[in-house]
Amino acid sequence: MEIFLQQLINGVTLGSIYGLIAIGYTMVFGIIGMVNFSHGDVFMVSAFFALIFFLLFMTILGIGTPIIALLLAMILAMVLTGLLSWTIERVAYRPLRGSFRLAPLISAIGMSIVLSNFIQVAQGPRNKPVPPMVNGTIDLMERDGFAVTVSYKQIIIVLVTAVLLAAFWYVVQKTPLGRAQRACEQDRKMAALLGVNVDRTISLTFVMGASLAAVAGSMYLMYYGVVHFADGFVPGVKAFTAAVLGGIGSLPGAVLGGLLIGLIETFWSGYFSIDYKDVAAFSILAIVLIFMPQGILGRPEVEKV
Amino acid sequence: MSATMEGPLLQVRGVKTYYGKIIALKGVDVDVKRGEIVTLIGANGAGKSTLMMTICGSPQAREGSITFEGRDITRMPTHEIARLRIAQSPEGRRIFPRMTVLENLQMGAALDKLAYFDQDVERVFTLFPRLKERIGQRGGTLSGGEQQMLAIARALMTRPKLLMLDEPSLGLAPLIVKQIFEAIDELNRTEGLTVFLVEQNAYHALRLAHRGYVMVNGLITMSGTGRELLEKPEIRAAYLEGGRH
Repeated sequence: MEIFLQQLINGVTLGSIYGLIAIGYTMVFGIIGMVNFSHGDVFMVSAFFALIFFLLFMTILGIGTPIIALLLAMILAMVLTGLLSWTIERVAYRPLRGSFRLAPLISAIGMSIVLSNFIQVAQGPRNKPVPPMVNGTIDLMERDGFAVTVSYKQIIIVLVTAVLLAAFWYVVQKTPLGRAQRACEQDRKMAALLGVNVDRTISLTFVMGASLAAVAGSMYLMYYGVVHFADGFVPGVKAFTAAVLGGIGSLPGAVLGGLLIGLIETFWSGYFSIDYKDVAAFSILAIVLIFMPQGILGRPEVEKV
Repeated sequence: MSATMEGPLLQVRGVKTYYGKIIALKGVDVDVKRGEIVTLIGANGAGKSTLMMTICGSPQAREGSITFEGRDITRMPTHEIARLRIAQSPEGRRIFPRMTVLENLQMGAALDKLAYFDQDVERVFTLFPRLKERIGQRGGTLSGGEQQMLAIARALMTRPKLLMLDEPSLGLAPLIVKQIFEAIDELNRTEGLTVFLVEQNAYHALRLAHRGYVMVNGLITMSGTGRELLEKPEIRAAYLEGGRH
């Protein structure tokens, strides 16, 4: 029971991070039907942005409270990562739109390699640590020497995720920009006939997805305390798995998928073997693709015309 | 100044459009003047819908020119053409299937950032009361006739200077066709709305329109007032005999 509760808390935390990254995959797929394989590395770069700004704020500007420095670093990381993603779309994807389907996919894999190699050269190949930003835990219950605890870090991650998802949901459902995005997703040609600048809307979709990935990157940095140039790959693929599991193209699906992958991974680690946690997560991807290719909240292929 | 005001609202000259290597329009000339209802009739595959989409820049004409209010729009991107207030209810209706009726109408009004939404939506609900009953329903779940009404209503929400309708009667019950044609006629008479109408339903279209063009295989073969065309034996033979609705 205690292990279950503890792993539930850990799983929701991890799942929040995956969910934030998964939204970037699912939105881009929804609007241009492309799996953006560089998104995981964009997430990794955002963690480095957060790290650099965090250290700058702490040492040079002398902001004493780590949590404020972290929040400021996160906001800057969101802006810069959005800009990065905007540039990537302009340089590597837009010129290939209207080309054969695999072209942007290959370009995205190339972009992913460029980003991780650039960080390896620019930041070095070792783990980059940060001093602990937030300490402290709350003991929820204790029995037979096993305490179920929730750390402040975890509370922050879940809260920040919830707030940003709510804001994001509002933008997509209620604002003109969100309506234009959904219109482009459903019928790009018709959206253009109604005066929507489709290219600009696609760019903004990339920017929004990347900003959420930057939130995930900042939270990841705070949670684990280190970041490494290759850290984009596994979280990126897991978030992609989350998007597929939830139903690619569906926003609530991405969040649900993220939470599920986080929970599967932590429960597997808690009850079976921590070494095989990635195997558990990716087996889910294989099973979903075989038996439920549209995912949990994805829509069926057929639609009334 | 006077040239732009007195010339036709829309002028299509020698337009050639290709799909890859296949030529769909072989040099088309069409004029639409302010306040007119102009119809384009022709058989399936003649290029009618292609002409409408070419005017909207999707695909763009490879040769020839298209001017709107005296301005060359041949190479303009589609969304900028739409911003000049050329609205289209396209072939296949192209309702956003996972948006509600209300959201579809909001997309129409997006150009003005919904500034006139409340008054305009009341106006289209007067024209198509059925849409008001369906306001919260997703576009994809509407019947064909309702989708057609929604497509026209969405085009009207853009406050168009030129309304282009691609086969508004397609697949609809005669009573609804009658309603839609009456609505077009009323908008034209009361508000001076300029309409360019593509139809296979030649009899109704020619009766409604001031002028008409006949398209065969990517070329305009005949033109004249609606009445003149209705009386031509070739037209009667090709488009009307046995097809009197």
